[in-house]
Amino acid sequence: MTEQLLIVVLLMFLVVCTIGIIYLRDLLAAVILLGIYSLTAAGIFVVMDAVDVAFTEAAVGAGISTILLLACLSHTNHIQKPQSHSNYWAIIMVSVTGLLLIYGTLDMPMYGDIMSPAQTHPDIAQRFIHESPHEVGIQNMVTSVLASYRGYDTLGEVVVVFCAGIGVLTMLGLKRREPDADTLTDELTDQGNEGDAGGEVAQRAGQSGSVQRSRRG
Amino acid sequence: MMRRYRQQRHRVLQIVIKLLIPFMMLFALYVQFHGDFGPGGGFQAGVIFAAAFIVHGLIFGVQRTREVISPSVLRVMMASGVLLYALTGVVSMMLGGAFLDYDMLAANPLSGQHWGVFAVELGVGITVTSVMISLFYSFASARN
Repeated sequence: MTEQLLIVVLLMFLVVCTIGIIYLRDLLAAVILLGIYSLTAAGIFVVMDAVDVAFTEAAVGAGISTILLLACLSHTNHIQKPQSHSNYWAIIMVSVTGLLLIYGTLDMPMYGDIMSPAQTHPDIAQRFIHESPHEVGIQNMVTSVLASYRGYDTLGEVVVVFCAGIGVLTMLGLKRREPDADTLTDELTDQGNEGDAGGEVAQRAGQSGSVQRSRRG
Repeated sequence: MMRRYRQQRHRVLQIVIKLLIPFMMLFALYVQFHGDFGPGGGFQAGVIFAAAFIVHGLIFGVQRTREVISPSVLRVMMASGVLLYALTGVVSMMLGGAFLDYDMLAANPLSGQHWGVFAVELGVGITVTSVMISLFYSFASARN
């Protein structure tokens, strides 16, 4: 009972966070709210005893993606441009889709229903609970499902992460970065201490413009 | 002069982060290799390990983090993690099983499974770590 109450309260937090994110024009605050959203979601997963999922959500959603979004924000304005026109069609489409999705959930088993197909089917939960200690022998059943029974899926996920990395590197990362003016001066002042490196930096500084251009060309 | 000023600007943060980074890495390794027994695994461990480098980059500047772990090394790591995962499957095929059937990796099926999961999770961890650090480098240093 307290568990259900806790989940309801946390879900309401999620709704409040979402509305806040939609209405905020300050993108920095929106990113922070997104982090809070992820942390609250992680809390819900903990209450539901899905510790592995909660861990991932807290580390990826609340941690890394917040930092990456903040790094992106450092290149743009913090304030969203106000939209001049209002999109009635968009809100109608979103509402209809949302209602359809809610209608779709009506067929789903109730929360925590032990008679749901996923729990009773002999090849899913029952199999993992009864057979994985003999078949895989790893105490954490989530790990044995993810890495052994569903090894293909996890391989696919790793490839997705890899492709995301390649995509971002292709768009942003592959071009040779010109050293910042301030770090360059820092390194120049240390020239005496670090003989070779300093000389190289000085050389780079002297011809940086022409070298960079010729390298790109 | 300039460098000294930059270093002293966040003195407390720099010292605290310097102390924290080894523990973050240790925790990441714990999550990586303790995933068999408790919550955790390659994805979470990779993200936490990357977070140690990202925090270093935030406090000391991306330029200095690039000196610690260079983007070209990260690119090799990105590919090698996926390769380690896929090669585990290929090796198990060569030993007479199906793709990613770890039973064949050792004499005893259970220890074969153990080694297989270990290798696969390590591959996941390596790829996730290097992709996350590369993303941070890209976003943090693409000026203009």
